[in-house]
Amino acid sequence: MIEMIDLHKSFGPKVVLNGLSLRVGEGDTVALVGFSGAGKSVALKHIVGLLQPDMGTVRVDGTDVPSLSRPDLYELRRRVGYVFQFAALFDSMTVAENLAMGLIKHGGFSKDEIEERIADSLERVELEGYEENFPAELSGGQRKRAGLARAIAFGPKYLLYDEPTSGLDPVTTTVIDRLILKMRDELGVTSLVITHDMDSAYCISDRIAMLYDGRVLQEGTPEEIRRSQHPVVKGFVEGRPELVEEGSGGMRIFANTPASRRRI
Amino acid sequence: MTARTATWARPFAAVGRSAGGFFAAFGRFGTFFVEMLRSLRDVGTWVPLLVGQMRHLGVDSIPIALFLAAFTGIVLALQASYTFTGAVPLYFVGALVGKTMILELGPVLSGLALSGRVGANIAAELGTMRVSEQIDALETLAYNPVAYLVVPRVLAGILMFPVIVIFANAIGIVAGWITAINLLQMSTDDFIRGLRLFYEPFDITFSLIKATSFGLVVTAVGCFEGFATKGGAEGVGRSTTRAVVISSMLILVFDAFWAVVLLQP
Ligand SMILES: Nc1ncnc2c1ncn2[C@@H]1O[C@H](COP(=O)(O)OP(=O)(O)OP(=O)(O)O)[C@@H](O)[C@H]1O
Ligand SMILES: [Mg+2]
Repeated sequence: MIEMIDLHKSFGPKVVLNGLSLRVGEGDTVALVGFSGAGKSVALKHIVGLLQPDMGTVRVDGTDVPSLSRPDLYELRRRVGYVFQFAALFDSMTVAENLAMGLIKHGGFSKDEIEERIADSLERVELEGYEENFPAELSGGQRKRAGLARAIAFGPKYLLYDEPTSGLDPVTTTVIDRLILKMRDELGVTSLVITHDMDSAYCISDRIAMLYDGRVLQEGTPEEIRRSQHPVVKGFVEGRPELVEEGSGGMRIFANTPASRRRI
Repeated sequence: MTARTATWARPFAAVGRSAGGFFAAFGRFGTFFVEMLRSLRDVGTWVPLLVGQMRHLGVDSIPIALFLAAFTGIVLALQASYTFTGAVPLYFVGALVGKTMILELGPVLSGLALSGRVGANIAAELGTMRVSEQIDALETLAYNPVAYLVVPRVLAGILMFPVIVIFANAIGIVAGWITAINLLQMSTDDFIRGLRLFYEPFDITFSLIKATSFGLVVTAVGCFEGFATKGGAEGVGRSTTRAVVISSMLILVFDAFWAVVLLQP
């Protein structure tokens, strides 16, 4: 179970998270949606301790992440797979070596098992045959899938996806969506998925939460979000800026800084 | 804030700010350094990477250091004979070449050359890894990035700089000797006599102490600047420049420091 409790985070004067609370139940897949720059990636980084909250906390499996000691934090990270928005592959290593990094650190895998898992993970993201390629030799979408393969390779209990399907073609998007579903259904993985793609969100998630103004504006089942009457949510899912503008009291949405502006 | 400061006070405020910035940076470097010492415990992470870095940062740097040393040796021999002509016996050329090479120019010139080659290389590589979130990715895969990236580089610097400097000293002296016998009509015996004249075993120790400290400075500053990189390609460029400038300055500061501490009668 992942719980974000009243998270606050600012960078200098810029308030990004302003009381974000969100719970991902055991075995659930939750989609986190929101405007570009709303702070979704920032929220996700708090879960594995890449960022420290100014206030509030994150709990994974009931343990308080910000107060973990280094060894305990690494222990936690062995149970969490993180898919970076821009893949973040190690560019001095081949794809196979990238995947091996997590497997080696996880411990308990023999050499053969590591190879087997690398092949299996690459197959899942449809990247067979790219083991020996360097990241620079891959397309953007391929890199993204290699990053995804790296996160799933060591069999984590939690998966955090930062826009796993942005920049992929429709067919590959469906493949990845199915992969996310399979991780839940076959392996019981608990996932938090950041996405801009509402179709994906409806398809893969048990619940959807919309991040706006530094906190969760609305959370519900895909059906509830689809039928939301909140103008901002409705405007977002239907892609209608005029609704959002109306719902946010005329504030420009793409400035993305409503919370910080109010403080000035 | 700035608007409130009276005109006359502004220069002082600026000095205060940059001094504050200096101490803040110093504090951050201190924290980084302590983190590095702590990460030494993570033996399993850095040991397998050490040899690769020793080769990459050390062995591959030998050619440039030798190139520099050879030309320095030639110039030293010629300048010595030019200065000494008539006044001092010619075999003093050997003394001057040996002493200067070992005590000062071998370590310092190699250090400066390596701050350009090694320091810039480290800062650019780690800076790129920082801005492309590869360092965060290491974290999420449960690696300690300091143990994985910083410790092997800094240890490689500490271990390999002395080796490079030994080679540089030797080549500088050999180049001086070749110059002396070919251009200065000196005999090998004369040159060696000069070389031995003021030689102290401590000279080598001194040279190696310097080299070790320069190895530490160049690699640690490179790693620090790389890790502190912010904001894209421009940020990487900035870090690289800062790494070279700061480590070059620190090399000269340490150079003076060791002279004051170890050479004062
Ligand atoms: N390290 C940082 N330093 C300063 N500001 C930051 C930092 N990281 C994020 N921000 C700011 O926080 C805000 C939220 O960023 P974040 O990356 O979380 O957006 P996002 O919701 O993931 O957007 P997108 O959908 O475009 O990826 C942005 O305005 C960004 O400028
Ligand atoms: Mg993002």
